[in-house]
Amino acid sequence: MGEILVLVDHIDGEVKKAGLELLTLARSLGEPSAVWIGEGLDAGRPVLAEHGAAKVYAADAALNEYVTAPRAELLARLVADKAPAAVLVSATPENKEVAGRLAVRLGSGVLTDVVAVDADLVAEHSIFGGAMRSRSKVASGTPVIAVRPNSVAVQPSPAAAEVEQVAVELSEAAKGARVLERVVQEKGERPELTEAGIVVSGGRGVGNAENFAVIERLADSLGAAVGASRAATDAGWYPHAFQVGQTGKTVAPQLYVAVGISGAIQHRAGMQTSKTIVAVNKDAEAPIFDLVDYGVVGDLFQVVPQLTEEIEKRK
Amino acid sequence: MNIVVLVKQVPDTATERKLSAADSTLDRASADGVINELDEYAIEEGLRLKEAHGGEVTILTMGPDQASDSIRKALSMGADKAVHLVDDALHGSDAVQTSYALAQVLKKIGFDLAVLGSESTDARTGVLAAALAERLGVPQLSLASKVEIDGSTVRIQRITDYGYDRVEGSLPAVLSVVEKINEPRYPSFKGIMAAKKKPVEKLSLADAGIDPALVGLAGATTQVVDFADAPPREAGTVVKDEGDGGAKLAEFLAAKKFV
Ligand SMILES: Cc1cc2nc3c(=O)[nH]c(=O)nc-3n(C[C@H](O)[C@H](O)[C@H](O)COP(=O)(O)OP(=O)(O)OC[C@H]3O[C@@H](n4cnc5c(N)ncnc54)[C@H](O)[C@@H]3O)c2cc1C
Ligand SMILES: Nc1ncnc2c1ncn2[C@@H]1O[C@H](COP(=O)(O)O)[C@@H](O)[C@H]1O
Repeated sequence: MGEILVLVDHIDGEVKKAGLELLTLARSLGEPSAVWIGEGLDAGRPVLAEHGAAKVYAADAALNEYVTAPRAELLARLVADKAPAAVLVSATPENKEVAGRLAVRLGSGVLTDVVAVDADLVAEHSIFGGAMRSRSKVASGTPVIAVRPNSVAVQPSPAAAEVEQVAVELSEAAKGARVLERVVQEKGERPELTEAGIVVSGGRGVGNAENFAVIERLADSLGAAVGASRAATDAGWYPHAFQVGQTGKTVAPQLYVAVGISGAIQHRAGMQTSKTIVAVNKDAEAPIFDLVDYGVVGDLFQVVPQLTEEIEKRK
Repeated sequence: MNIVVLVKQVPDTATERKLSAADSTLDRASADGVINELDEYAIEEGLRLKEAHGGEVTILTMGPDQASDSIRKALSMGADKAVHLVDDALHGSDAVQTSYALAQVLKKIGFDLAVLGSESTDARTGVLAAALAERLGVPQLSLASKVEIDGSTVRIQRITDYGYDRVEGSLPAVLSVVEKINEPRYPSFKGIMAAKKKPVEKLSLADAGIDPALVGLAGATTQVVDFADAPPREAGTVVKDEGDGGAKLAEFLAAKKFV
């Protein structure tokens, strides 16, 4: 079986769940090799080993000083040296850009936002806001595939995770867009939005920033991440990093709870593939109710605190 | 400053969209074509940068004949002129091929700043800005929620997973913008009238120096194998809160083992 390169995202050595999903998926396609950029490999390596990475290609943190291009150049170098059967990345906006640049460099095709990949590297997409499923394959060059987080159930399977340092001489063009500063807005203890098994989102119906405490309390009772509609992030009630939807994050949790959200098409584009959807909205006509498995027509300030209390009682 | 805004015509997201049974490409004939709504922010930003720094705004569209409606709308918002890459041989081009074709046009017409939307609402690949920067060898200043230009230096706030990065590069550059960046203007009556007289240059593959072997369905780098309607969601239960709505929802969640 061929080698499968997996770009593993991590924060200072803490591997993102999406990376473990990719390693799990890669095992069904070939032999996974993790690609690790930056510090923290001492902490990350045991986790990569536990999830089936036969090899780990480790590269310098300096690659993160510029926007996406250095990462594409690193992956292109590895594709040239190792001739893998495919390259997998998680479908964050940033990684999709890496994938696009890489495909151009390799002269191959790129598939983004896929929800499944079979052993023949045929990838499945959920398109038009979830109304259709299509299956596609890359027809030329080494396939570059960006997989939507939460599409694969993580399964451990031990492997060697043998580390090989790799270096890449960056082109001048790759240094064109320099990162001056990183500003972290996503705060707190809660699970990451795109990785969470449960997401509780609040919309305009929540009314103001203080009232988001109602959403947070429900989220905490469920061990969930908090999300928000654009109406709520634009109003400044919750940071933009938490926006769910077409121009925010795409989430596909086991359970999505929409509170005070009407269900505009741009919002649905980011949550429609959630497995179970429930909503609380005082307007019985709100389009979100077309999507729900269970919906409550009522005032969120009555319904949600009662729900949170019931959940706490059942624990 | 020579500003080129890349604008795509897409089927209206509010209408039902389909793939064509014949060749699995987007059925553009069956849906109303509109400007990709995320590109309206790119047009607006292009116009604001022109207003602040001088120069000209050119709209660049690759697409079939009917895309000229979207081009007119972009011109009526205030762009100066347009270039329309239109050739039957382009039908079925995928993201990588589209980036090649548009890069060839950009090289031919020249640019200081190429401005894009963050993604198209139909294909939703979100790769074009990066792919163009790669092909053109210029800085990728993408996913910007804020742009400042100072001489030939461009600084942006780039939206990231965790917040934003401050990023700097120099012109010429590729810029893509997110919807937080501005509020697109509506075309005025005067703008609509003026747009009718603005020049739209049509380019064929040959005009733009595009190798026909590298675009179109036959040479696509990706292929659709098959497609089908997603299984419909089973109709759910919707109850009216009679004072016990929260408790009922908790029961549902418990039955589903979420609690
Ligand atoms: C280019 C573009 C991109 C966009 N991208 C996104 C995106 O990524 N994500 C996104 O979410 N939107 C996006 N939008 C915006 C989208 O079109 C909607 O405007 C937005 O989703 C509405 O947010 P909302 O549902 O919170 O607000 P509203 O549509 O105003 O709905 C609020 C709902 O709350 C209910 N409500 C009010 N008070 C209560 C109460 N006390 N109890 C219970 N219910 C109550 C109301 O009945 C109503 O249904 C985008 C729009 C554009 C043009
Ligand atoms: N055919 C096209 N003609 C002009 N611009 C395009 C075309 N396709 C995509 N774009 C631009 O590229 C951006 C990203 O599109 P995409 O990578 O397809 O999601 C869009 O917002 C447009 O600005």
